[in-house]
Amino acid sequence: MTIIKKLLVLLCFAPALALAAGGSWPLESAPLKPTDVTSLQSGASAFVNYCLNCHGVAHVRYTALKGIGLTDMQIRDNLLFTQPKVTNMMTVAMRPEDAKQWFGVPPPDLSVITRVRGADWLYGYLRAFYRDSNTMTGWNNAVFPNVAMPHALWELQGERAAIFAMEKDGHGGEHRVLKTLEPAKGGALTPLQYDQLAGDLVNFLVWASEPGAVERKRVGYYVLMVLGALVLLTYLLKAAFWKDVH
Amino acid sequence: MSDPSNVDKTRRNLVVGTAAASGLAGLTAAWPFVESMNPSERAKALGAPVEADISNLKPGQLLTVEWQGKPVWILKRTPAMNDSITKADAAVVDPDVKTSKQPADLKGKKLRAQKDDIFVAVGICSHLGCSPKFQPDQDMFYCPCHGSKFDLAGRVYRSVPAPTNLEVPPHVYLSDTLILIGADKKEA
Amino acid sequence: MAADKQVTTTGLLGWIDERFPLTSNWRAHLSEYYAPKNFNFWYFFGSLALLLLVNQIVTGIFLTMHYKPDALLAFASVEYIMREVPYGWLIRYLHSTGASAFFIVVYLHMFRGLIYGSYKKPRELIWIFGVLIFLTLMGEAFFGYLLPWGQMSYWGAQVIVNLFGSVPFIGDDLSLWIRGDYVVSDATLNRFFAFHVIALPLAIIGLVAAHILALHEVGSNNPDGVEIKDNKDPKTGVPRDGIPFHPYYTVKDMFGSMVFLFVFSVIIFFAPEMGGYFLEHNNFLPANPLVTPEHIAPVWYFTPYYSILRAIPPMWESQFPGVAAMGLAVMVFFLLPWLDRCPVKSIRYRGASFKNWIAVFVISTLVLGYLGTVPIDVWGKFGAGVPLVSNTEVATWVARIFTILYFAFFALMPWYTKNEKTLPVPARVT
Repeated sequence: MTIIKKLLVLLCFAPALALAAGGSWPLESAPLKPTDVTSLQSGASAFVNYCLNCHGVAHVRYTALKGIGLTDMQIRDNLLFTQPKVTNMMTVAMRPEDAKQWFGVPPPDLSVITRVRGADWLYGYLRAFYRDSNTMTGWNNAVFPNVAMPHALWELQGERAAIFAMEKDGHGGEHRVLKTLEPAKGGALTPLQYDQLAGDLVNFLVWASEPGAVERKRVGYYVLMVLGALVLLTYLLKAAFWKDVH
Repeated sequence: MSDPSNVDKTRRNLVVGTAAASGLAGLTAAWPFVESMNPSERAKALGAPVEADISNLKPGQLLTVEWQGKPVWILKRTPAMNDSITKADAAVVDPDVKTSKQPADLKGKKLRAQKDDIFVAVGICSHLGCSPKFQPDQDMFYCPCHGSKFDLAGRVYRSVPAPTNLEVPPHVYLSDTLILIGADKKEA
Repeated sequence: MAADKQVTTTGLLGWIDERFPLTSNWRAHLSEYYAPKNFNFWYFFGSLALLLLVNQIVTGIFLTMHYKPDALLAFASVEYIMREVPYGWLIRYLHSTGASAFFIVVYLHMFRGLIYGSYKKPRELIWIFGVLIFLTLMGEAFFGYLLPWGQMSYWGAQVIVNLFGSVPFIGDDLSLWIRGDYVVSDATLNRFFAFHVIALPLAIIGLVAAHILALHEVGSNNPDGVEIKDNKDPKTGVPRDGIPFHPYYTVKDMFGSMVFLFVFSVIIFFAPEMGGYFLEHNNFLPANPLVTPEHIAPVWYFTPYYSILRAIPPMWESQFPGVAAMGLAVMVFFLLPWLDRCPVKSIRYRGASFKNWIAVFVISTLVLGYLGTVPIDVWGKFGAGVPLVSNTEVATWVARIFTILYFAFFALMPWYTKNEKTLPVPARVT
């Protein structure tokens, strides 16, 4: 029987083994602060100003932003650009057909993007744009090579140049490998400020993927406390009955 | 086990305790399911107060706007229409408007309106929910379903199936020509 | 007629009992159903499966109130449930996590039957009903997985329905008929919805009733594999090693259910996606018939069978052998009562050969299950430097070897169980 028990333990760890794969560009972990309303509001504001022209979060209602500490008035006065009413959804201003013509692919809706890509990927992606004269937009990305999207935040981050190196692969050939990104032209923000903004944006999009996540965990603690008590109680009940069974 | 002298008290207390605790937990667990049948955020958004612009409304004209999926009438009454309401006093069930479904400040006002010439009402018959027809030549609203009649203040006539007056929804004037229906304060 | 009946209860209960077999059923199935007193940890999973069935039905009913089985609306309606319906997120996570938990519990329940010989005479029909439940459950899970209309929903359904296309002669017409369109489409979604919410749940409930009735007809097996009915108290007719199901096992199963619900809640409230295993990342992308995701894998509970499908190469210009093997891998469970020729039930008293083969079977299933979750290019990178096989094929060969071992467990069973060196089985449970 011990073999079987060991196998069951192994089965529990199998998912961890499967998660080892990843891309070549190293990803830092995103500075997630799910309860930090300042960061969430800054992210919401940046999203509305820099992203919402092309990317909707069409499953989020403007009024849902009350969940990050804003009032209807604040939402209407500061964030409501693409729709006439705060009770509408945060859809994109641009028509999908136009977008397809401009970028080749329609920009995806970002409502659940962090559930697809993960927060760390997105945080890396937003900070990995560089100048590339070979692409249609003049921009490229180390995390998402040949992405159709130009660097929407370049005025803030400035421009960066890619440093390549030639590396030998196992088969005797040589490959051009992206080594680092170096600042080429300064932007409106310092690198530190830019990272913070990217972090706020990711924080906001993680919130938008599941606005109820904080509430879910909060409810979870109560549920576990009640179930813990019931585990104890039913154990005592079982023991009280089973003391007769020999 | 049924011998009373032989009752295991610990066991009995545990049975009662566990039954009570799991019963309570079960009821709590049912709560999210009950709650999920209440209006969703979408339903609430669609049921939010609506603005109605009455700048083009001419005397004697009726404007219908949708609020919470229901028709809401805005009738610009002529002085003659208002006279017809006073004349109908004897024929209606509740001439002094004591028991109507309406904002509290309209209680006892025969014209049932914040401004005498603008009448706002939910266009749903208080009988079984049909929408009555506006019949300006007879100075009344007439429900085609079961023949209920209401005067131009929405007061129900005697000996018709409808039991009560038409509902006046909460509404507020944002300006002289803009009414917010569904809210009783300016900021909603 | 009613006079023939012996009713001993009085009052309201007596009134009911004269008209409806309430007390007699209560006794037959609970208070005077005698279960062996030596049930261990493995015997929790039957009642937990029932608990999860109730969970899936109740949460399913409430999800149906808000979900739209329409290709244009389905994805958005799931997000609507997650965000805008009060507690919709909880109900949806209970349902999606419940599906995975259901399979965990059912697999452990089946494994219990396997090691204690619960499929053997006189319990063959219980086992057959059980395998039918398992099959129906797989169908139920498959149909349900299309409903969120994400990329994995869509392409998973596309691939599985196309498997039917490999059936000789009628394949193309068959898969067209199943889809009701040339690709998986709105028509497919609508009919899968009908199967998922009405047809299969009814079948599962009926089969579960049959499973339990058959069990209560012959009585439960136990970890010693001893028939407790062979040793009854001559005065009362009650098995000496039996205890009434109620209250003993009702309180024990309550305790088991609470422990289970605790673990279940940890997942629901703190890791509902379970790292992409219970809710796959790519299924948060809306279905797109023009773009296939790079890596399609079924949800974890189907992966052993999916690996068997991928391991078997096309033969005679047809994918059918792989499909047939995948089907056989499930169907072969039906034959278990007749493949095992050893008279001893429980693994406690069985010979080393059976124990070793059980280990082979478990390892094969786990390895195949793991291989089914990883993309085909990982199959290529698997363990470079093995002699005789090219690097790109190592994983394929690993899958093939374990597929053969999986089937060998069943195919060789009549031989390795025939003259098994067993230990003496005690007369009473220990």
